[in-house]
Amino acid sequence: MLSDRIATLVRSRLLLNSIYLIMRITRIAHTQQSQPKEDADLSLMKPLLIKYDHKPGSLIPLLQGTQELYGFLPSGAFKAISEATGIAPADIYGVATFYAQFRLSPVGKNIIKVCHGTACHVQNANAITDALKDHLGVNDGETTADGEFTLESVACLGCCSLAPVMMIGENTYGKLNGKSAVKILKEIKNQLCTNQPKAEK
Amino acid sequence: MKKTKVIVGLGSCGIAAGASKTYSALEEILAKGEMDFELARTSCIGMCYKEPLVEIQDEKGKIIYGDMTAEAVEGILKSHLLDGKIDLERAVVAEEQKTPEDSFFEGQVKIALRNCGYMDPESFDEALERDAYKAIKTLIAENKSSMDIIQTMIDSGLRGRGGGGFPTGLKWKFAYQNESDQKYIICNADEGDPGAFMDRSLLEGDPHAVLEGMMIGGYTIGASQGVIYCRAEYPLAIKRLNIAINQAKAKGLLGEKLFGSDFSFDIYVKEGAGAFVCGEETALIASIEGKRGMPRKRPPFPAVSGLWAKPTNINNVETWANVPWIINHGAEAYAAYGTEKSKGTKVFALTGKIKHGGLVEVPMGVTINDIIFKLGGGIQGDKKFKAVQLGGPSGGCIPAELGDTIVDYDSVNATGAIMGSGGMVVMDESTCMIDLAKFFLNFTQEESCGKCTFCRVGTKRMLEMLERITEGKGEDGDIEKLENLAHQIKNNSLCGLGQTAPNPVLTTLKYFRHEYEAHIYDKKCPAKVCKPLLTYTIDPEKCTGCTVCAVKCPTNAIDGSRKQIHSINQETCIHCGECYNVCKFEAVMVD
Repeated sequence: MLSDRIATLVRSRLLLNSIYLIMRITRIAHTQQSQPKEDADLSLMKPLLIKYDHKPGSLIPLLQGTQELYGFLPSGAFKAISEATGIAPADIYGVATFYAQFRLSPVGKNIIKVCHGTACHVQNANAITDALKDHLGVNDGETTADGEFTLESVACLGCCSLAPVMMIGENTYGKLNGKSAVKILKEIKNQLCTNQPKAEK
Repeated sequence: MKKTKVIVGLGSCGIAAGASKTYSALEEILAKGEMDFELARTSCIGMCYKEPLVEIQDEKGKIIYGDMTAEAVEGILKSHLLDGKIDLERAVVAEEQKTPEDSFFEGQVKIALRNCGYMDPESFDEALERDAYKAIKTLIAENKSSMDIIQTMIDSGLRGRGGGGFPTGLKWKFAYQNESDQKYIICNADEGDPGAFMDRSLLEGDPHAVLEGMMIGGYTIGASQGVIYCRAEYPLAIKRLNIAINQAKAKGLLGEKLFGSDFSFDIYVKEGAGAFVCGEETALIASIEGKRGMPRKRPPFPAVSGLWAKPTNINNVETWANVPWIINHGAEAYAAYGTEKSKGTKVFALTGKIKHGGLVEVPMGVTINDIIFKLGGGIQGDKKFKAVQLGGPSGGCIPAELGDTIVDYDSVNATGAIMGSGGMVVMDESTCMIDLAKFFLNFTQEESCGKCTFCRVGTKRMLEMLERITEGKGEDGDIEKLENLAHQIKNNSLCGLGQTAPNPVLTTLKYFRHEYEAHIYDKKCPAKVCKPLLTYTIDPEKCTGCTVCAVKCPTNAIDGSRKQIHSINQETCIHCGECYNVCKFEAVMVD
């Protein structure tokens, strides 16, 4: 039967796609930085997959939920989502790489987002990124060797009148300069060292 | 006697300025029992430059104090509550008394922002007290026809506040006239313009107004489902929206057969995942459907085939927030404000090198100078006003000479900029316009979805040219090449992103061409921003021979020993500016 043959063809293409894709994702994850081998426990995704089962348009929430679980999108997650939703892994990969929010490799425990919106730019946000790069010894988008901090430049955080600003975790810090940004980072490091993470509400 | 109320402004910017620490400090003060008051919270009143803000309501009236850090709050509170003294120097709003900050509110008309900063955004009762859901109730009770409501919207003159400026009533009419079993209402809260935060403030300060606006839209066009597409970068806005939606559902204001009629309406929040292009309506729809947010050709317009191929009406947050007010007060009341073709008010986010940065809502038709000098208090450090950037990466720079331009859609368009969503970034003489154009091009080339070649490759090529110019490698003919490419990109891109991406370059070329020429031909940056073009020298009259600069110089390009006049070796100097930053005697000169 023709339809059976087409179905087999489509299935084998899907399978091939997913193999290629996983190879590619693994390669990217490895070349980007020397991270410990990812050993994400994919069973954690089960409640998420059940929650969005057969709901149209739920690919982005699925990816967001996955990233919340692992801090990034592990390569195995693509296969799991594909199997659950029937969306080709290539399409999932296409969506994951389109949006700025998604990461394909692990990140530090604390993500430092330095705002580079217009208001922050004219108030010299570059000086903050430069000072933090110097202090942490990493480039923009990289993670420190101890896995504690990832430095990121982001578009507007929406706190323009306090420019220049940065966000560490859920906290936003405003009216910065290079020195004060490093000072805040040092304070956070001290808190981490004494092992008493003080959560601000 | 009514109990004294102490209210802390807890919007995102207030929290960034330390308002949650102030709130905790107030909780501790309350726990000590020395003073008795009711602690409450509100959102942003727009006065971001004085954050954190604390309002005290008692028999003396309503006083808002500015700069209320956790350290300062106890002292002010004691003198206010125990000694009965009002510290007018620190007060920013005081009923019946003048404060130094009154000029910030003079000339403002708050329609969209009517409740922001005046109520607890998480309290349903306070929202009801301030007329939430009154408009939709009236419409249903009076059994108003869709065409009547559409006519009211057309008469009000409300135009899309997201930047496009399309008449809202007409947009609704198209969606209404397309028959379908299912229609959708979408609220575009993907406020991606860097330098704009009015939608965030609105969602954080008055989520019910947006929900009610969407309900009225749904009732009018015959939609039963609403979606709010909100940036994930706005966690507080998403949280407060969800609280408001749950409250409305619990009180029977969202759901099946509302107010005893056949009208059913439900709303959910969809989090964006970080793509500027999703502000474009067809890209936004693709994103809600779980696809890459790439725009598609129009027609068909969303009013015919939108979300899940059903008729869909999309409006921006600020537009939706205006709708209930218009229904409650009538089209005439709204149209009384503004100019002939741009009615009503517009919210602007005033940022950059301005004294009073914040959120202002003014009637259309005021001048740029009025906004910057009267409301905004002028330029930081009383420097010279150079230009204002309107409309974000799609907009342009309006120079100080055109400061008398009135703010409405058509007058702003005539300058080459666009109204956009209302981000107003003010620049002084220390901003390099080529550096700014480079900044925006960098943004748009990163955010281009890649579908149209001119937008994908063209913006990249323009950026490379600007990079060369700011590095002192500009060549004769670069300006013409930039102009040519800019027009090609404008004409050959599918969506608003590409069509407007060259605007920052075109407007700076139009008004600041001499700066481009100075960079290219004289190899100078007049604003002294582009470091490769700067020359650092030491003024022998001012140099004291302190050696600080020589010690700090990373390439040992500074000669001179203690108490001797120093000099910079231009061949080894890398123009990092460290000597300029560390010199206490202003002896390092930049040219």
